[in-house]
This record gives sequence, C-alpha cells and structure tokens, in this order.
Amino acid sequence: MEQKLKTDFDKFISTSNFSNQEIKLKKEALDFFLKNGFPSRKLENWKFSDINQIIQKNIGELAFYNDYNIENKINDEIFLEKIEHNKIVIVNGKVEQLSFEYEESDKINLTTLNNFSPNPNDDNSLLSLNNSFSNKIHNILVKKNYSLKNPLIIYQITNEKVINTNINFQLNFELEDNSSIKIINLSEDNSEKNFINNLFNFNLGKNSILRNYKIDKKSNKNIKYDYSSITQKENSISETFIFSSGSDYIKNEVTCNLEGQYSSAFINGIHLLSKNKHHEIRTNTKHLYENTKSYQLIKSVIDDNSKSVYQGKIYVDSKAQKTDGYQLSKAVLLNEQAEFNAKPELEIYADDVKCSHGSASGSLDEDSIFYLMSRGLDQKTAKELLISGFLLDVVEKITDEEIKKLIKNMIGLN
Amino acid sequence: MRDKQIEDLKDYKYGFSTDIESFKAPKGLNEEVIRFISNIKKEPDWLLKWRLKAFERLKVLKEPDWQKPKYPKIDYQDLYYYSAPKSFKEKPKNLEDLDPKLLETYKKLGIPLQEQKRLNGIAVDAVFDSVSVATTFKDTLTEKGIIFCSISEAIQKHPDLVKKYLGSVIPITDHFFATLNSAVFTDGSFVYIPPNVQCPMELSTYFRINASDTGQFERTLIIADKGSYVSYLEGCTAPMRDENQLHAANVELIALDDAEIKYSTVQNWYPGDKDGKGGIYNFVTKRGLCKGKNSKISWTQVETGSAITWKYPSCILRGDNSIGEFYSIAITNNHQKADTGTKMIHLGKNTKSKIISKGISAGKSDMTYRGLVDISKNAYNSTNYTQCDSLLMGNKCGAHTVPYIKNKNSNSNIAHEATTSKISEDQLHYCQQRGLNQEEAVGLIVNGFCKEVLQQLPMEFAVEAQKLVGISLEGSVG
Repeated sequence: MEQKLKTDFDKFISTSNFSNQEIKLKKEALDFFLKNGFPSRKLENWKFSDINQIIQKNIGELAFYNDYNIENKINDEIFLEKIEHNKIVIVNGKVEQLSFEYEESDKINLTTLNNFSPNPNDDNSLLSLNNSFSNKIHNILVKKNYSLKNPLIIYQITNEKVINTNINFQLNFELEDNSSIKIINLSEDNSEKNFINNLFNFNLGKNSILRNYKIDKKSNKNIKYDYSSITQKENSISETFIFSSGSDYIKNEVTCNLEGQYSSAFINGIHLLSKNKHHEIRTNTKHLYENTKSYQLIKSVIDDNSKSVYQGKIYVDSKAQKTDGYQLSKAVLLNEQAEFNAKPELEIYADDVKCSHGSASGSLDEDSIFYLMSRGLDQKTAKELLISGFLLDVVEKITDEEIKKLIKNMIGLN
Repeated sequence: MRDKQIEDLKDYKYGFSTDIESFKAPKGLNEEVIRFISNIKKEPDWLLKWRLKAFERLKVLKEPDWQKPKYPKIDYQDLYYYSAPKSFKEKPKNLEDLDPKLLETYKKLGIPLQEQKRLNGIAVDAVFDSVSVATTFKDTLTEKGIIFCSISEAIQKHPDLVKKYLGSVIPITDHFFATLNSAVFTDGSFVYIPPNVQCPMELSTYFRINASDTGQFERTLIIADKGSYVSYLEGCTAPMRDENQLHAANVELIALDDAEIKYSTVQNWYPGDKDGKGGIYNFVTKRGLCKGKNSKISWTQVETGSAITWKYPSCILRGDNSIGEFYSIAITNNHQKADTGTKMIHLGKNTKSKIISKGISAGKSDMTYRGLVDISKNAYNSTNYTQCDSLLMGNKCGAHTVPYIKNKNSNSNIAHEATTSKISEDQLHYCQQRGLNQEEAVGLIVNGFCKEVLQQLPMEFAVEAQKLVGISLEGSVG
C-alpha cells in the first residue's frame, strides 16, 4: 500500500496546480498517514469498527489517485423537485456545480482555500488521508445577519466509473454572526467498493444557526467515513440529524466544540439496518465554556446480520460550569444475528453540572405487539407500526417543518 | 466531640509501621527468585512449573496503558517479591507462638486475632506482607468440612483442589499484572465450601503491607461447591511511606450449581499524603465464574484508599440462570486516582446481572467508572441493569463514566443509566437549617447517596464503611 500511496500522490500533485505551501502541507499529511496507516481496533475509537480490516475484506487493494480534470455529466433527474433549493453537486469527490440562485449574491462569499489546518486529531489518520488527497477546498461564507432563504442541498454522487478507489472530499462553512443555513446532504451512489472519506468543517459565529441533515438512504456497496467538525461561538445553535441506512459500512462522526456561552448542540440519529450492514455513529460534544448545552438521541433498528454501534462522549471542561448534557441511545434487535454495541461516555471536570446518559437495547415489546394484534393488526403490520413509532421520535426532533416533512417522505415514515 | 474524632482520624490512622525484622528474598524479578519463593514454601513441582510458565509468558507481555490514571514506570527489578517476619522461618504452631509485636500490630488495626477477644464471629485469615499469619476459628469451620486456610497450606494439604481450580478463572496468560501475580504470588487465602453447606460465619482476610520496597502479591481462591453459600470479607491497610508500593493480587471465585458467593471488600490502603506523595498502587484482578446452574456471585466494594486503584471485579455467567452483581462505592480525595468498574460476561441462558456504582471525587482527584456488559449470542433471555452515579466536589477533580455495552442477542435486554452532578444546594440548605454544620450535612447526604451499596455489606462492615466514607471526604467541603 505504501508504494501505491506514494506513486498515486505524486501523480495527483503533478496533474493538479497546488501552491508550494499546499503541497508542503499535503506531503506532511501523507507522511502522517504513511506512518499510521488505516485505523484499526487497537485504537479506542475504532474498537467496534475496525476500518482497516473492513477495507481489506471488502475492497482489498485501494487506488488513491482521482482524476479531477475529468468533466462529469450531471443527471438532472436526481434533483429534488418538491423543494426550491440551492445546490452543490459533487461527483466522485469533485465539485461540479455550486449555485446559490435563490440567495442575494453579495451575502454569500464562495472561495477556495489556499490553506488548510493540519490534522488536529492525533489518533485519526483518516483526516490526514483526506488532507493529502482532497482537491481544492471550497469555502462557503455566509455574511453577517443573513439567513439563507432556501435550503442548500449537497448532492454527493459517485458513478460507476470509480471502483476500488479512495475518494476524499472536504468542504468548509463559515457562518458569521447572526446568520443561518439549512443543509441537506444526500448521497447518491451508483458505484461500489469504494472508500469514501468526507470531512466537513463548520465555524459558527455568535447567534448563528446551523441545521444539518444527512441522508444515506440508497443501498450501495461502498465504505464511508464522514466527519463533521463544528465549532460554536456564543449563543450559536447547531442541529445535526443523521439518517444512516443505505451504505454497506458507514461511520458518522460529529465533533462539537462549544466554545461560547449559551451555545448548544443537538445531534439526533437513526440507524435502520438490514442484511450485512455495519454502521456507527460517534458523537463527541465538548463543553468548553459556561452555560452550554448538548443533547443526543440515537435510535437503531437492527435486522438480519447487521451491526449498529453508537459511541457518544460528553466532555466537560473545568471551566464549563452549569453544563447541561443529556444523551440517550436505544436499539431494537429484530434478528438473532443482529448486534448492538454502545459506549456512552462521560468525562467531567466541573462540579456544577447536570450530565446523564442512558442506553437500552432489546427486542420489540411483546405486550405492545399483542395489544396491536388484539386490535386486529397482523403481526407484521404491528411490528412495522411499532418500529416507525420508535423511529419517528427522532425525526420529530427536526426543527424545520418543511424539511421534516420532506425527510419523513423520503424515508417512508409518516 | 465530633471535632476531636475528626482530629484523630484526619490522618491515615493505619499509617504506622511495625518494626519487625523481616526475612526477604533477594531483590529483583527472575527465575531464581521464583524458585526461591517456591522452595521456601516447599511447593510441589507442578506449581513451580506453573509459576515458571507464567514467568515465561510475562516476558512477552507488556504493561497495559489504556487506563486513565497514569503512573511512573515501575522498576520490577527493584522490588522484593518475598518478605516474611523473621520469626516465621519456623512457622508458629499456634497463636501463643506468634511474635508479640505482630499481635500488637493487628490489635492496633482492630483485628481480633485471638479467639477469646472475638465478639462478632468472623473467622479471620491475616496476611502480613507475604505470609499468612494466623487463621482463627478453625475448629468450628472444620466441623462443617469447610476449608479456610492460607493458600500455602492448601497447596500442601489439598493439592487436588488447588490444582483443579487455580488459574481456571484467571489463566496465567491473562494480562500483565495477573500474570506477574501468577509467577510470584506468595500467599493468600483459600476457601472451599463443601456441597450443601451454608458457611455459618463471615470469613475474612486482612491484608497488610509492612516492609518497604515490597510488592504484595496475594492470591485468593474461593470455591463454593454445589448448593453452598459463603460470605467473604477483605480489608487492607499499609503503613505511610514516601515511595509507592505495588499491590497486585489475584482473586478467583468459582460457584458451582446453586451455590452463592458474596465477596465484600473494604479497601483502605494508604492513599499517599495531601500532595500525592507515596501511597499504594492497587492493581488487582478479581474475577468470579458462575460455573454451575443457578449460581450467584456478588461483589461489593468500598474503595477509599490507594494512590491509584485499578480494578474490575468481574463475573463470567456461564451457568444457565446464573446471577452476577456488582455494588461499588469509590471515593477519591486529594491526588488519588481510581479507574474501577466491572465486567459482566453473559454466556448462559437466562442470566442476570446488576451493576450499581457510586463514585465520589473531591480535591484534585480523578475517578473513572469503566465497565463492560457483554451478552453473547447464546445468552437467550438475559438482562442487565446498570446504574452509575457520580458526585463531584469542587472543580479541580474529575468524574468519568466509560461503559462498554455489547448486545448480540435479540431476546436480551440491557439498560444503562448514568448521572453526574454535585450535591444539591437545596438539600444542603435544608440540612443546615435543621442545625447540622456544613460537613455533617455533606456527610449525611453522601451517606444517603451511597446507601444502596452500603446496604449490601455485612453489618459489622457497613458501620465501618460508613465511617470511612466520612473520613475520606474530610476537608473536601467549603
């Protein structure tokens, strides 16, 4: 793999035009990855999902070179019609379209970054891999006091041209004070056996609001890692919703740094798994200042041979008095082969806090099934009804009514 | 009155050391020392081989480093692995032959070794540094067929039992400290309860580290045969010394069909001084195996001492319908660190486990609950309930909860809850309004917080533990 990485990296650099500074940073990132390789179960964060092994088993040898000079055609049929929206279209890791047609053009500043910050996370070599192979990073800046009129939908498409390839993609959002944005992130995969590595950075200014909805619905045989890093100033709010169901393997990781007073972070997620899927959500909320708040609700429905993992950490700095942190994960196992693993974690250094977590897993409640059947439902319908009720709880947490309706439709919960 | 009591208890009251000449093995960890220990204890050949096998394994094992409390590297070559009061070279036949200084020590510790002074009917086996000193109440126990003696004695007198069960729960290939113990263990207690016997009294061991530069490596093996019941207590103290001392014990419990073992620990090793100097490293491996159907193992621990506590009393629920329980209070103050919890491994059908953990951290201390609940594919209809609560006093300490939850069986249920908070102002205000001073009020509230666990302790211990909770938190309020 080492040789492949080096030759692919050289090819990538020679066919792109990066500044010397960028090349230097990318080289450093590559060296870090070369030294550490893919994370394995030896690392605490990867205990339940050994991505090194999963890639070995499902893909084997990976290619790291992506030709970003190819023009990819966009199939208009995939665009959602029910809702007027701004678009970012990404095909095989390359941004093909970036349009904010519904917004005032002087309120949104689109640039590409000439610089990126090195991997801040020592034990996550995937971020370094991303830094070394991702194309020019686009930065979306929402100006002061501006709220986007329509949501932004990010279409992440892969087509059949790529196989056994590692696709790295990175995007940056900057929300100035008092601004707000709603994002729906849709994956549309027509490829298989690729390792897709995404990194999203969000910087939230004072009083800004980020609503971020991630939908992975279409069944596909790719392996994915999706990392969102959210940094929040005073009074800002972030809301993240994850629907994770389609890909064979996906690990969604969300890190929230609550740096400003009265900032709050909400992360809600659903795992709806069947066959041999293996999905993980890892949340890491860091309370770094007084009076911050975080809330996580994760629910899993696990069928067949599939496996669901939730790792959630609430970290409270000694400065962060009056923290309010709450976390709940629940799982229903529908099949004897199904598996649920959880690691809800509290790390607390301040005394005037209210933090709690709960985790429960088991089968569907027999009494409830019996009750519904005695009302005339057959067993299958009764089970389905209970499951959708179980999951609706999470969907109902979505604060935007229009998007809530859209998502309910999309995932077939009503 | 209370003030005086506090004054008396403020410092570690077991901090004295006894000036007894001791007989030690040469410093260092090597095959010679292991042969020396085995030889002096006149051990059979199979045990020496077993020890050496463990030592071979130890050479390739690395010290684990995933735990939260970090500690300076221990030089295993700079420790004595065997230390005995000199008068023990010829083993005393009865209590009268014991070195009077030794008896004095135990009197200071409040252990009633001499039978006539016994009031509460607890049979005691005391371990001083490396050797077991005396076991009381032997006759009453022998009548029932119960074997309660030091493990060295058991190796001589009941080799079949020891050979069959030693290392069956904690194999010599386990982690670093368990393997180290297997190679160099010096003494400890052995209990065997024959079928259908209810042990009529609480059995108890008292551990004490006296000599400096000594590690204490005791090994406890408890076997409850079919339909039997035993309740076992363990207490520990050590003198105040500036250097850190290592304590790496192994405790193995085996419960056969319908048997029940209740194991309680009040751990009060020397925690180091207020600046975190000295104190015991308590790296203990405790594991129970519910081997038979309907068996039950229950761990109760009150952890107040040691500079670093690092232990996870665990239950392997292999027999169908077996039950595992874990009740824990862990208190850290000043610079103490604790990383403790339990593992419940569900293998049999209809197995149940319950975990109640209460952690209190004060001063500049750091406390972690770390636990594993693993329900395997074949553990149909199993349930687990876990509750871990932490209480923080001040913003220089830390309280952490790291549970691992694995459910591989769709017919089984796991529920886990954890909360972290401080003592509520309202409760404090209410108590103070009723005339209690702040410290008393805190003591009262803390005792209420711990009550669920304290209730599980045998009477005599519960009272002592309650007092200990109060003392440990001394000076942490306000």
